[in-house]
Amino acid sequence: MESILHITTLHYLVLGAALFLLGVIGVLTRRNVVIVLMSIELILNAVNLNLVAFSRLWGGVHGQIFAIFVITDAAAEAAVGLGILIAFFRNKETVNIDEVHLLKW
Amino acid sequence: MGHDLMGQIFQYIQSYLSSDQTPGAAGNMFWVLIYILAVFVGLSIAVIAMNWLERKILAHMQVRLGPMRVGPHGLLQPIADAIKLLLKEDIIPSEADVAIFWMAPFMVVLAAFTVFIVVPFGPTHAVTDMNIGILFMLGVSSLSVLGIVMAGWASNSHYPLIGALRSSAQMVSYEVAMGLAVVSAIVMTSLNASGTGTLSMIGIVQAQQEQGVWFIFKFFPLGLIAFFIFAVAMVAETNRAPFDLAEAESELTAGFHTEYSGFRWSLFFLAEYSAMIAVSSIAVTLWLGGWLRPFPNLLNGSTWDLIFSLFPGVTFLFLAAMCFFNVVRMPKHPFFRIQTIGLAGFGVVLGLIGLVMLVPAVRIRVQDIFWFSAKVAAFMYLYIWYRGTFPRYRFDQLMQMGWKVLLPMGLGVLILTATWPMRHELWSQVITPPWHVMLRLLRLED
Amino acid sequence: MLSGIMLIGGILVITRKNPVHSALALITVLLAQAAIYLMLYAPFVAGVQIILYAGGIMVLFLFVIMLVNIDRAAKERTFNSQWLVGIVAATALGGLFIAVYTKGNNIFPEHALSLIENDNTQKVATMLYGQYMFAFEIASLLLLVAIIGAVVMAKKRI
Repeated sequence: MESILHITTLHYLVLGAALFLLGVIGVLTRRNVVIVLMSIELILNAVNLNLVAFSRLWGGVHGQIFAIFVITDAAAEAAVGLGILIAFFRNKETVNIDEVHLLKW
Repeated sequence: MGHDLMGQIFQYIQSYLSSDQTPGAAGNMFWVLIYILAVFVGLSIAVIAMNWLERKILAHMQVRLGPMRVGPHGLLQPIADAIKLLLKEDIIPSEADVAIFWMAPFMVVLAAFTVFIVVPFGPTHAVTDMNIGILFMLGVSSLSVLGIVMAGWASNSHYPLIGALRSSAQMVSYEVAMGLAVVSAIVMTSLNASGTGTLSMIGIVQAQQEQGVWFIFKFFPLGLIAFFIFAVAMVAETNRAPFDLAEAESELTAGFHTEYSGFRWSLFFLAEYSAMIAVSSIAVTLWLGGWLRPFPNLLNGSTWDLIFSLFPGVTFLFLAAMCFFNVVRMPKHPFFRIQTIGLAGFGVVLGLIGLVMLVPAVRIRVQDIFWFSAKVAAFMYLYIWYRGTFPRYRFDQLMQMGWKVLLPMGLGVLILTATWPMRHELWSQVITPPWHVMLRLLRLED
Repeated sequence: MLSGIMLIGGILVITRKNPVHSALALITVLLAQAAIYLMLYAPFVAGVQIILYAGGIMVLFLFVIMLVNIDRAAKERTFNSQWLVGIVAATALGGLFIAVYTKGNNIFPEHALSLIENDNTQKVATMLYGQYMFAFEIASLLLLVAIIGAVVMAKKRI
């Protein structure tokens, strides 16, 4: 019981993995494109959590810097993704991901 | 046994008074809770006072009297307003999303009140001193945008939605300009001996104390321009006049809080005034020297210290004198007897507080808090002054000013502030050699 | 407790029908994550997370949700046509994670280093502008490209 109460790095890694899993389920199973994008943000957050946990373990700040870059990238990607979404919505009037089958044979 | 308990309590208070850290840094939970309670109570009193002051000062600026009936000179008007708002019926629109409708004012109030954890009223008078104090304040005040968007969406009617979208677009735009102005002030903190700046609020004021100059006057006129950018951006950030298109009565009924009534509306109101006080305290900490008294270095010495430390007590005694003066001027009709007695009692209370503040032991403790509060009060007066003076900005003019005027100015101030200490080296080693090369190429010099 | 909030928030994100509720749950997850960063002695990353993620990206998401959220979407099914394959794939991934974590449990040191430092921001700044300067410049270029791309794509016909 003592070893479970003491929060080690493994706890943070398991939490990150659980969030990652939730994000993957969200990406793979939801219809609404906006929620898929939000699940991608969940995945990126899980990765960040892993990075910062390891940075704490090994003592330097490299993990934190990488996490800052990941947050920046997530912002850029969210902006571009939502721009694509708006352009798509203007053409098709739906946010259903099952309707994106223009290239289907 | 009782004597021993009193001795222990006295010793506990003594150990708190002689510590040189904020309660949060010292890990002292009890005093942290006391401070949070004090901040909460003080903020509520400040918002109530702001309500009265705003109506009175606006009225006097418009050559009328303002509320005069409810208490003596309308002093009980905010309490009457509060009672009215609490007793109003709580209306929820039928198609509204109840969960979001309920959570939106909560989110805005949360964002507005959490900021006060790091506001420094004195060198040890903050709830805690985070290492990233200013970053925390900017971040949490950007959470109120979320609350406003939620409020507009949950009302399920187009006036609040348009108001919320406009208000949040405005707040996000001016956050950028605010951030740049803040960064240029923080760059100024790094001009100390060890060459590293600090983001903690208490550290910023201590840097101003070490460098002997308030940052508004530093690198004249760069500090002034940065302060000006922040002052304009903070008025736009809190949706106050002249940037209050999103909530002005003549434009959009009442903007994003149209559908809120009674207590929920008063939560928005509380959050708006708390946000005003919060961004004013950022401005005071960063540019106006926080809790430092005016002229900390020019007029130093123990006599000037003594004179400046008498200011809190003298201010309260002056307010008490004004109360008594107005008591004498009250009409001598029997209907006014209660008001006269009330005003006289208020004057007596203020006078007693003033006398307590003249005691030396209290004077030293209180003067930091007093100077900080006095500067924030000056900013509140400026807010009310802006509301009474300037016409409203149209929304596209507002956004244009945020992105096309304040942002380049902020960038320019930041670059100049960062390179100002080494401007001579910059000039002689970076600018002039290529200049000479170019002149030589154009055969204009040897 | 914070991890409980994060997990519940994550589950709410992927299961709510109303995208505004999902966005709110994501905001909760992000704020809980910032608190966990503070627990991991990374205050600068926590501050950056609150400003950028919770205060910026989520506002963007809420704006877009309001722009594209039509009532017809609320009456459709929540999960798409391949949800079973998705669940199976995610379960496989979960199994992989469990295998990795139980096998590699003992490569970490016993106790984490527990220094409390006051200059985390300064260290991050030294590294960011020193060793990682190139990555910093590339990130700014990336943001510029993203801004131009988003503006161009969301414009109507010029």
